[in-house]
Amino acid sequence: MTATEWLTAPQWEALAADAELPLLALWGEPGIVRAAFQDGDALRLVALLAEDGQYPSLSRARPSAALFERAAHDLWALEPVGTPDGRPWLDHGNWPVLNPLSGRPVRHATPPSLPEFLPAEGEALHRLPMGPILPGIGEPGYLHLSVAGETIVRLEARLGYAHKGTLGLMPGKSPRAAARFPARMQAEATVAHSLAFALAAERATGAEVPPRAIALRAVMAEIERIAVHLRVWQQVLELAGPSPLADQAGLARETLLAASQIAFGHRLLMDRVMPGGVALDLEERGLSILRDALLLLAQDLPRLGRATLRHGPLMEALAGLGTIRHDQARAYATGGPTARASAVMTDARMLGDTPYVELDLEIPLQADGDAAARLEQRIAETVESRRLLATMLDALPDGPVSVSLPQRAGEGAALVEAAHGPCLAWLALDDGGLIRAAMARDPGWGLWPLLEAAAPGTTTERLPLLMAGLGLTMSGMDL
Amino acid sequence: MKLPRILARPIAAAPPHPSVQLVSDLAARLEASARRRLGRGLALRHIGTGGCDGCALELIAARSLVHELDSLGLRFVDSPRHADALLVSGPVTRNMREALEQARAAMPEPGFVVALGDCAMDGGVFKGSYAVEGGVEAVMPPDLRIPGCPPNPRQVLEGLLALMEAQA
Ligand code: SF4
Repeated sequence: MTATEWLTAPQWEALAADAELPLLALWGEPGIVRAAFQDGDALRLVALLAEDGQYPSLSRARPSAALFERAAHDLWALEPVGTPDGRPWLDHGNWPVLNPLSGRPVRHATPPSLPEFLPAEGEALHRLPMGPILPGIGEPGYLHLSVAGETIVRLEARLGYAHKGTLGLMPGKSPRAAARFPARMQAEATVAHSLAFALAAERATGAEVPPRAIALRAVMAEIERIAVHLRVWQQVLELAGPSPLADQAGLARETLLAASQIAFGHRLLMDRVMPGGVALDLEERGLSILRDALLLLAQDLPRLGRATLRHGPLMEALAGLGTIRHDQARAYATGGPTARASAVMTDARMLGDTPYVELDLEIPLQADGDAAARLEQRIAETVESRRLLATMLDALPDGPVSVSLPQRAGEGAALVEAAHGPCLAWLALDDGGLIRAAMARDPGWGLWPLLEAAAPGTTTERLPLLMAGLGLTMSGMDL
Repeated sequence: MKLPRILARPIAAAPPHPSVQLVSDLAARLEASARRRLGRGLALRHIGTGGCDGCALELIAARSLVHELDSLGLRFVDSPRHADALLVSGPVTRNMREALEQARAAMPEPGFVVALGDCAMDGGVFKGSYAVEGGVEAVMPPDLRIPGCPPNPRQVLEGLLALMEAQA
């Protein structure tokens, strides 16, 4: 069981200004507003009864709450009193109902709203709208740029185009039946979201997961981290580096995905982590394929890393690009390589009861906070995760790989470090062990606001390079 | 037959995959088909209509696996106005319906629509949500459906090949 503290309105407001508690997420249930803070190495969950659907806005004192408050209004009809920004976020005026998760949704009568953007001040600005179909192969989003000449003066992102109503599909299902939804929050964090959800369900029910399952989950989490870092690395090289190096990063990723298919039956490891354990065991053949893949990476990664970081024109393009300050990365609970490249020492893998404690996890850190530091950070993390993986595969415990969850009421939450930052899962189960309500916090919430902070001063030509290295994704955050 | 560059240059011992044979077979078929089309290739525009992005990642993997898709006649373009086919992945969310319709309208005729992955086929696991229309079919008839969650690069390439061969 994870305990939620029920607060009074003054206690809630007192938390708003506490800079020592970065906000991980804010969400709701009908008549209830909930929030999760990162309290040192612990997770702090709080809730407040929202009388008449109203609660004191946190975003006045804490800008990192703003997008969550807008989303919570759209979904649960929770009104942040005193908010400086009451614009909708996920609701673009196209759903058949208003406030779909509020318990009493009403039919949507108003025509679709055009997105409103904050005004940018200054002379000789012109607007450059992009989206929602953005260049390249990827996800939808709308970027509103104000530029002076080639230089970006202001960037505002409007997301929600990938809003699928995922949180509304989970209630009434058992954690096992609902596991396909966290697995599809965001493909680049399918293992991490699935793992956070599974841990939350296990904490809610008091299930004890067998050691082999715990180890296999950590194996999959590190495979995902390496594969995602390599994808970002490849994309950065495609944009500003020599294409043979980009090919090598792509091939290294492919090596791992193909090995994952053989070892775990899915290239992206979707639906492999389940509440109670893992969906299937790792057999001898899969183990040896994974070991081979890691041997290849052991040869290639350091070489590729050196060649990348020594490539003059590439590093010149990245140096000073999109610098993110330590306090910004901290305030948004950004985590992941982006925060660690701004010298914020945070990593959910260091939290108490993870399988990493015995592995002497070495977490690299960079100081500069620019795109060069972020790439260097990803490269260092890739190398370290490969080492961890090899160690873990040599020490896999034997035994069963899953247990069934007791069917009972409970509440649970968990924080898991995905490749781009922390994933938080929270769920509440009713007496029959079925989901009453759930939330999934994607790393995107901590990254998009930093893009808005880091983009001004950059040229429009460099924007794709800045965005690629941040690992911005939409689906998970769009819910 | 030209072997894709990336496979012709091993960076270490042979990886456990991708099947060199498979990729070179596909490349050969692509080449033949492109030739049949008198050198005119197929311009593709991917549109993510709200999926988890897994399908798009595998499309990127397919593109980097057969690095020379370009010279074989398959290329990716940024504007639907320059596209012969739209590759749509993800369920069509209510918030993306209009953008998809506009892209379809901008694509010159005949213009093909490919539903890439289970979500685009019928909404996938998101079917029935207040926030999705369903698959591509809910908005416009697709010419080709490529199943999978996500389809792997081989399935993606075979689908694209079928499209090319069908209109060669
Ligand atoms: S079909 Fe599967 S992989 Fe593709 S977008 Fe849908 S959920 Fe994601």
